Amino acid sequence: MICLDDVSLSYKGRSGEVTALAHTSLTVKQGEFAAVVGPSGCGKSTLMKLVTGLIRPTAGAVFVEGKPVKGPVKIAGMAFQNANLLPWRSVLDNVLLPLEIVPPHRGRFRREKDFYRARALDLLGVVGLRDFAGRYPWEMSGGMQQRASLCRALIHEPALLMLDEPFAALDAFTREELWVVLRDLWQRLGFTVVLVTHDLREAAFLADTVHVMSARPGRIVETRVVDFLRPRPLEVCYEPAFTDLVHELRGKIAEVRQA
Amino acid sequence: MKIAAEDVTPVAFTVILFLAWEGACRLFHIDAFILPAPSAVFAAAAHYWWPLLKNSFVTLWTTVVGFILAVVFGITLGLVVGWSRAIYRGLYPVMIGFNSIPKVAVVPILIMWFGIGEIPAILTAFLISFFPIVVNVATGLATTEPELEDVLRALGASKLDIMRKVGIPRTAPYLFGALKVAITLAFVGAVVSETIGANAGVGHLMVQAGSNFQMPLVFAGLLALAVEGILMYALFALLERRMAGWAFRASMSAAG
Ligand SMILES: Nc1ncnc2c1ncn2[C@@H]1O[C@H](COP(=O)(O)OP(=O)(O)O)[C@@H](O)[C@H]1O
Ligand SMILES: [Mg+2]
Repeated sequence: MICLDDVSLSYKGRSGEVTALAHTSLTVKQGEFAAVVGPSGCGKSTLMKLVTGLIRPTAGAVFVEGKPVKGPVKIAGMAFQNANLLPWRSVLDNVLLPLEIVPPHRGRFRREKDFYRARALDLLGVVGLRDFAGRYPWEMSGGMQQRASLCRALIHEPALLMLDEPFAALDAFTREELWVVLRDLWQRLGFTVVLVTHDLREAAFLADTVHVMSARPGRIVETRVVDFLRPRPLEVCYEPAFTDLVHELRGKIAEVRQA
Repeated sequence: MKIAAEDVTPVAFTVILFLAWEGACRLFHIDAFILPAPSAVFAAAAHYWWPLLKNSFVTLWTTVVGFILAVVFGITLGLVVGWSRAIYRGLYPVMIGFNSIPKVAVVPILIMWFGIGEIPAILTAFLISFFPIVVNVATGLATTEPELEDVLRALGASKLDIMRKVGIPRTAPYLFGALKVAITLAFVGAVVSETIGANAGVGHLMVQAGSNFQMPLVFAGLLALAVEGILMYALFALLERRMAGWAFRASMSAAG
């Protein structure tokens, strides 16, 4: 699904070049839930932009679905730490936004509005927001906004979901609630996920594989397969094997921060 | 509908102001050449109602024409400048620089170029109200959250799509805020131009009345200006609430 082959990326800033990624290689299989963890500023967001084709690598090649990435990939849904909902649109209309842009929905949107609305309401139902469809974003809590943001990222049934620290701004309880929401959405719809996070428990609970990045210039220094049985209940987080995994990941991060 | 204390306060305050003014004039025997009492001002307004109305109308239409020009050109230029962050960053200091030139200083030049009449008033109104519109529209566009842009670009949205779906709606509160300021500025521009050189308009009337020592009429002109100015501001404030009400409600809630 995703393949990064020896990718490097430098930004040209005011104070000279910043090498954000150096010789990074990464593969994510179809339908896999991959997590990327690493110290702040190591190039995680840069990695996301490379995969979605928003920026081009300085060296190396990026492939998505077997094809080299030359521009925005158009099959990706994205969500960020900030839900970034449009305040002048209701939750439902926010969720419908991608359909006004992505072909072939774009051409059909006006004619088949009812069909799409029903679809959006179903999706909102899955994350528990069906009754809030008519509300405006500012009338909702941060956790609810983030749920809506997930729906917006998934409404056009993308093959790939890119999440850049989506739960970082939420309190611990809401965050765990949203882990479960994301887990269920993923198991139901079967898309490929790349989740960037600095919460190691989040990565260990949700992902099939966890990739650890080094400090800047970033590259993948370790890949761990997480094989707890699915569907995973939240209780997994309190099993010794889980705690050990988080411990090891933590140790690895501490190590790369030192280096 | 219940009338709240907040709704009555402005009216009560205005009435008290006039009463205090009247009282002060009588109590201290203030010379009518210096400060005529409101009673005298209202009497002058009633007596000269026709010239006041006629000239108010002239001021109103020059203001509105100048303002409309400013809106059309301001929005167009604002869209161009806000189109890319690079253009915005390059031109913003220039715009701020232009905006800080006192536009009133160009009125004599405009009068020399276009002669005495409505054109200098229209152009002054235009010049003075143009920049706030450009600056606000451009700022509204250029400050679109980059992450939101990424979300849409990753879906294959064109620059035009992003403008239509996010940039332009997002600019609405900036635009209406600017229009409210701009209409008042346009009005100031038109009146200033009329006082310097015109043969109609409230500014012209006040200068004429002043040179004939008709102080109550001068103040009646001032009152006419105040009424016109407040009405125009109120109109745009109302429009703002209707067109971009979400911005008020969004900023009032913590979760916004
Ligand atoms: N547009 C940019 N121009 C210049 N430098 C940038 C830009 N974006 C990110 N960087 C730099 O690249 C490095 C990696 O950034 P980023 O990918 O955002 O890190 P992370 O998401 O892991 O915190 C940081 O040091 C950051 O300062
Ligand atoms: Mg980041």
